[in-house]
Amino acid sequence: MKTIIPIGPYHPLQEEPEFFELHVEGERVEKLVIRIGYNHRGIEKLAESKTYDQVIFLVERICGICSTSHPIAAANALEDLAGIRAPERALYIRTVIGELERLHSHLLWLGLAGHFIGYNTLWMWAWKAREPVLDIMERISGNRNHYAMMKAGGVRRDLKAEDIPWVLKTLDSIKPDIDLFHKALDDDPVLHLRLKNVGVLTPEDIAVTGALGPTARASGVDIDIRRDEPYAAYDRVEWKVIVGSAGDVFDKAWVRVLEMKESIGIIEQCLRALPPGEIDLRLKEMPPGEGIGRHEAPRGECFHYVLSDGSSCPVRYKIRAPSFMNLTTNYIAARGETVADATLILAAVDPCYCCTERMAVVSGGRRRTIDGERLVEISRRKTLRLASELGVEPESTLKKNGPRS
Amino acid sequence: MTLLFNLLIFPGLLFTGFAGGLLSWFDRKLSARLQWRRGPVWFQPFADLAKLMGKETILPAEGSRPLFLFAPVAGLAAVLVASWIIWLSLLRPEMGFVGDLIAVFYLLSVPALALIVGGSASANPLASLGAGREIKLLLAYELPLLLSLLVPVVQAGSLRLGGILAHQSAAGSIAGSWSGLLALAAAVLCQQAKLGLPPFDIAEAETEISSGPLIEYSGPPLALFKFTKMLMLPVMPLFLVTVFWNGIGSSLGGHLAAVAKVLALVTAAVLIKNTNPRLRIDQAVKFFWGPVTILAASALLLALFGL
Repeated sequence: MKTIIPIGPYHPLQEEPEFFELHVEGERVEKLVIRIGYNHRGIEKLAESKTYDQVIFLVERICGICSTSHPIAAANALEDLAGIRAPERALYIRTVIGELERLHSHLLWLGLAGHFIGYNTLWMWAWKAREPVLDIMERISGNRNHYAMMKAGGVRRDLKAEDIPWVLKTLDSIKPDIDLFHKALDDDPVLHLRLKNVGVLTPEDIAVTGALGPTARASGVDIDIRRDEPYAAYDRVEWKVIVGSAGDVFDKAWVRVLEMKESIGIIEQCLRALPPGEIDLRLKEMPPGEGIGRHEAPRGECFHYVLSDGSSCPVRYKIRAPSFMNLTTNYIAARGETVADATLILAAVDPCYCCTERMAVVSGGRRRTIDGERLVEISRRKTLRLASELGVEPESTLKKNGPRS
Repeated sequence: MTLLFNLLIFPGLLFTGFAGGLLSWFDRKLSARLQWRRGPVWFQPFADLAKLMGKETILPAEGSRPLFLFAPVAGLAAVLVASWIIWLSLLRPEMGFVGDLIAVFYLLSVPALALIVGGSASANPLASLGAGREIKLLLAYELPLLLSLLVPVVQAGSLRLGGILAHQSAAGSIAGSWSGLLALAAAVLCQQAKLGLPPFDIAEAETEISSGPLIEYSGPPLALFKFTKMLMLPVMPLFLVTVFWNGIGSSLGGHLAAVAKVLALVTAAVLIKNTNPRLRIDQAVKFFWGPVTILAASALLLALFGL
């Protein structure tokens, strides 16, 4: 019997609105259709009307879970544009915040993954271990999420010397929990039954889809922006990139659990070796030009591009979130699996849809996705129309390259 | 009159319902404590039911409406009758009939059948997927459960619950023997699936198929399904205590011991529920037809050799 199992737009599996159509034969998934776009907010366009300082706050609102990944990438992009490097102390603080975020994001995923396979005890325990991380964030930045710590040329808040011993102690308190998750993952036979050999992605699949972060590393693809193109203080501390081999859901969980241990190590080293000095260059203006910034977000490489004409707002701001790349692996990973496994596979890339959304137009039940090329075409058309209305001769390049149809 | 009293007050609707609500709270509270949560107040299951009873009943546009509405009633009625037969043999063993064990066994599988019928009647693809899973699960655990129930039958030489109880009060509990202990272990695992608890909550799997067969249910029919599930919490363990573990005895000490035994079985179910992820349906079928059936069959073999 062929049926379509709808997962979404609102479904207990998903914490955000998105739509997966599982085309199934009995319990077996034959085809997957992914529809996103329910969360589109036009952030890139919005960025063009904000000052550079406001842009950092704006991109922080892209996502609540990786709320510091986008600001770090944005700060990297703006510093690349300005051709400066933030003070040493600020770089260390960025690293600490970035890794604390990875810690809470991975714990959040672990809990959700537990919930998705009906293991609610794991869910609650993982989120209990996540609480101290949020407490640390609150103590440092004043907020449990949306820390507002980053800015071009530095950070907004200093780490107080009297907080550091407390932070280290609190980190110590979650180490046993993470060891427990590691041990459960290694030893629990029922978890192995549910997670091993499920949703396998080969390194070739990763290359085809361009997947990033733990999704790629679980398949044995050794990529990590923190090591490959060091920024912040990642080249000043000892840590290793965790790489799996099997590419199944089990390895994705395993990579994330071990990454949490590395994160704790990085945070501890940064806090112990925190250099004294300024935390902010007090940047006044941006030169014209381009800048790119990257950050290894919990879900993979987060990429920001900025184009400046020397004014106070960017001319173009482009964001590519890691989930946009990871999402397409589901086409490969979920095909041929059962419905029970497919739901787990969809969750295993730790998708974050609000980061990913692209513009979509729904009219009369028919959907069109508008890509960059089409947007340029629409814009050119409008310019030509306005020009003819005003009786002005449009620029020659525009005329030459004008709308193709 | 007595029959009406038996069905509605004791041991029927009111008494078993109250026990079910309390045990449901026990399950929720214990689960919450295991998960570092506070858990609900003791009357929360009753409050949930009362609230559901007051909600609108929405009927699916397609599918069979009579079946859709009949299924939850059938499931509830079957558990009530099963509970009545068990209590009757516990309180007045001479009132039982030959084969009441078999009758209870079948009555206790009616809630699962009701879920299958009700889910299929709703014509929802997720519900039919869940119903399909429930059929497979039912087929998987009924075989080892029946095999393990045959152990007391062989030991007591009787198909009557009263006969099995009389045998136990004379020769000690069935679970005291090797074959009985193994059979009880197999039955406890089957009980987990019968109660629809993780790792066997496959038919309802909330995060996969949004509660499966129950997806289209709302208001009072949903309340009846929930209530049936609550009733299974005391009835199924009580059934196991009756056939394997001495029943409720005749003294106050025996009664208290029986309460402790039911609580022990429910606690075991809650512990299994909270320390395991949900299995896939093929893994669950393999589990029941493999290790559990072997366990129950070897218990039966031991019983035939008089161990």
